Amino acid sequence: MSTLTSLARALAVERGRAQPLCTVRHLHVSDRPLVVVPLAMAGEANAPLAAMAGDDPRSPALLVVSQPRNRDDRFAFAAELADVIVPYIEGFLGAEEAVPGGPGREPRTRLADAPQLLVPSPAGIAFVRLLGRSTRFRRAEGPYPVPERVPALGRWLTFLAERAEYPGSSLLLAATDALAGHWASGQSPAEDLNLAALAGWIEPPDGLSGWEAAAAAEDPLTWPPAGPATDPTFDNEVLAPLIAAHDQARAAGDIAAMGRVRTRLEQALASQLLPTWRLMWRAVELLRGLPPGGHVGMRWCADKDVFTGYVDYLREGGPPQPRRDTAVAAARRLATLERLLAACSAQRAFDDPLVMAEFRLSGEAMAGPVTAAEPGRQDTSGPRRKLRPHITMETSDPVLLDLGAVLSSPARPRQEARVLSVSAAGAGRTRVVLELAGGMGRGLAAAPGSVPEVGEVVCYATFSDGYQRPPAFPELADTPWTHGGPPPAYVPSDEDAREVWS
Amino acid sequence: MDSTEARLDRIRGKVPPRNHNARTIAALSSNPGCARRAIMDAAGADKQRLAAHAGFPAGFGQSQFAITRGNAFEAQVKANGCAELLRLLRDQLRLPIPEVSYDNLEEVGGDASRELRHARTRHLLMRTAASGRDAGTLFDHPLLRLEVGGRAVYLEPDLIAFRLNGRFHVVEIKSFAVIDGQADGDKVAAAVIQSAVYVLALRQLLAELGIGPDAVADEVILVCPENFANQPTAAALDVRKQLTVLRRQLARLQRVDTLLDLLPAALTFDLDPDPAGTPRRPAADLADAVRAVPARYAPECLASCEMCFFCRDEARGATAALGRAVRDELCGVEHVASVLSLARGADPGPGELAEAAQVLRSAARLRQEGLGEAV
Repeated sequence: MSTLTSLARALAVERGRAQPLCTVRHLHVSDRPLVVVPLAMAGEANAPLAAMAGDDPRSPALLVVSQPRNRDDRFAFAAELADVIVPYIEGFLGAEEAVPGGPGREPRTRLADAPQLLVPSPAGIAFVRLLGRSTRFRRAEGPYPVPERVPALGRWLTFLAERAEYPGSSLLLAATDALAGHWASGQSPAEDLNLAALAGWIEPPDGLSGWEAAAAAEDPLTWPPAGPATDPTFDNEVLAPLIAAHDQARAAGDIAAMGRVRTRLEQALASQLLPTWRLMWRAVELLRGLPPGGHVGMRWCADKDVFTGYVDYLREGGPPQPRRDTAVAAARRLATLERLLAACSAQRAFDDPLVMAEFRLSGEAMAGPVTAAEPGRQDTSGPRRKLRPHITMETSDPVLLDLGAVLSSPARPRQEARVLSVSAAGAGRTRVVLELAGGMGRGLAAAPGSVPEVGEVVCYATFSDGYQRPPAFPELADTPWTHGGPPPAYVPSDEDAREVWS
Repeated sequence: MDSTEARLDRIRGKVPPRNHNARTIAALSSNPGCARRAIMDAAGADKQRLAAHAGFPAGFGQSQFAITRGNAFEAQVKANGCAELLRLLRDQLRLPIPEVSYDNLEEVGGDASRELRHARTRHLLMRTAASGRDAGTLFDHPLLRLEVGGRAVYLEPDLIAFRLNGRFHVVEIKSFAVIDGQADGDKVAAAVIQSAVYVLALRQLLAELGIGPDAVADEVILVCPENFANQPTAAALDVRKQLTVLRRQLARLQRVDTLLDLLPAALTFDLDPDPAGTPRRPAADLADAVRAVPARYAPECLASCEMCFFCRDEARGATAALGRAVRDELCGVEHVASVLSLARGADPGPGELAEAAQVLRSAARLRQEGLGEAV
């Protein structure tokens, strides 16, 4: 959030409609995403109640648990959900694509595409993570056996939920996050977590303002909560009597009555899930309506690499993800998250002038016309002549640059610009002289178009979208004593597999 | 001039007062600048009913599934004289607990009046504190009292006070799960601040008996189900930070009588019910009465106050309604309309708005350049 995004919120308040925060889309939207809308039972630790899932907006699968407190019913749900999710993911295991090598890198292949799971909100991601945690250690043999696909589901859900923490990853997305990242509503960020309200601001139904649409979205009768939490009134007035009736029929061994109650339960839960299901596909359409940013494809390739890596790990018989990271793994993960956050924010700014504007406002970037240029200037101070053009630009942006700072520009990302002087140009404007290096061809004359000409509006930032080397971490076996020394190898135990899920 | 009590009674109207509990005090201390909530809570007004009658019902209902699970878990931990709880304290927290006694203070000889229960709590706690016995003692449902906004309020308790080595410990039982050693941060934070309210109230009670604050431990014991099972687990949590926050917020809470002085003498939230209990007071009239008491709405209220939709509607157009962070980023300017007129070049006049105007104008220019559309 920044002054610019907040200004967009203020405009949304005035106009009664959400305002754009981006000119391009900053995340990948799959051609065939899998939408999952889960519901959990109130008060329980992630006890699944129902879910609507599928990759076709016209034919969702409806999964319902007749008694969420019953262990067997829960595992039956996990197996049914696995029947939807695991084949979907495994559908991406076939086609591969070649990745050309580079300096110090061998050419290789990776899977040509990767799965994408969409859930309504961050709470939905938490549900995916916990369902993964409660199923990945299970086993198909021994006490309390479960179908083979249940632990497979658990590993995939864990993989996706972990991946969702990485900035720029699009393997598992929450619709509210995705929409709120691209549109500013006229309500608070806390209220944006309501998918129906946020969508109401972005695309109010005919004749309604964003205010009215969002207010309507808060009525649980027309817009049931997008889950996993359910509406307490629905719980008390509809769900509880049906679950009780089902329990009664089961206790009496009345199969026909169980079937009748089950049908009513399915109808009731479908009525809670369908509005959100439709909204999820609306959100997909809204996002697809924006053109993708320049770096989106690159970040999706990183997702495909990670997906390929995990598929290989599974094929080699790797154990399920441990309950807790080791010290080295945790440190490596934190460093990666930090590095990706910086890289992703730079890439977004380079892809999108509206995002770059935030950095211009904070003094980390500037834009303005070139007022003078010496494209042929050479540096003759050293033993060899070097092409080092100078350009002068003027900007109205607040300039907070140190002399000698190295800048880069979205228009010429492989060229460095060093700040030579900063001076006032009158009327609140600042004049900046820059020396350019790189990205101009091999000779002593700049390649056409590689040096900005007088009159061109240029933008320079104190950051670049270039590759940053990850810091080095010790091997697992060299974990220092300050971090507990080398950890024992993780072996999934029988206790893990038998853990109570009551 | 009427007494404070009489005025609060008139404001509440002809209905019995609603009790404070640790949750309402925690919520009060999270927004200490809100006079509306302070007055309504001090008067014991039924905020849910008032909000609904004024046309802004808020869904603070609780699912019976959650209630059932919470009660079942608490009953399980407390069953057989808190056998499960003692096992946790001994095995997990390694407390050297010898024999214990268990006192349930929920009722006094079948009478559950607050005064009687509080008197019995005082009596028992004092006797235990004075005896110097090192034997562990568990007190279930002690009724505590806390000074809030210059008035004593009873706390409907939901805790066990546990005495060991001459100190009382507060035990809080919650039914949210701790999974692989981690629990939902918001829920833990709420549980910890509620426990801190109990620590404070317990210390206040002992102070009245001439016993120093050291007699109540800074650490509270949180009992929750572990992983996906109903098996309880316990953790000791340091609440010193929450105690400091709470003390400061309670001190900052303006005294209720000072607030009352600023309000019209005839103010009342009475719904004027007919003999069948149906309110006869016009909704608009009640809304006017509510508006006479200034509120300080923030989006956080949506999670903790029954009046939230009323206040949110009233705050429409204020930058605070968009959240504290948004308001700060808009340079603290109070209204959306003034933000936009400054951004569009309105003269801020001399003074503090000049700098804000400059930032907002730059932001508007940059947005216009980036989007190619006028702000």
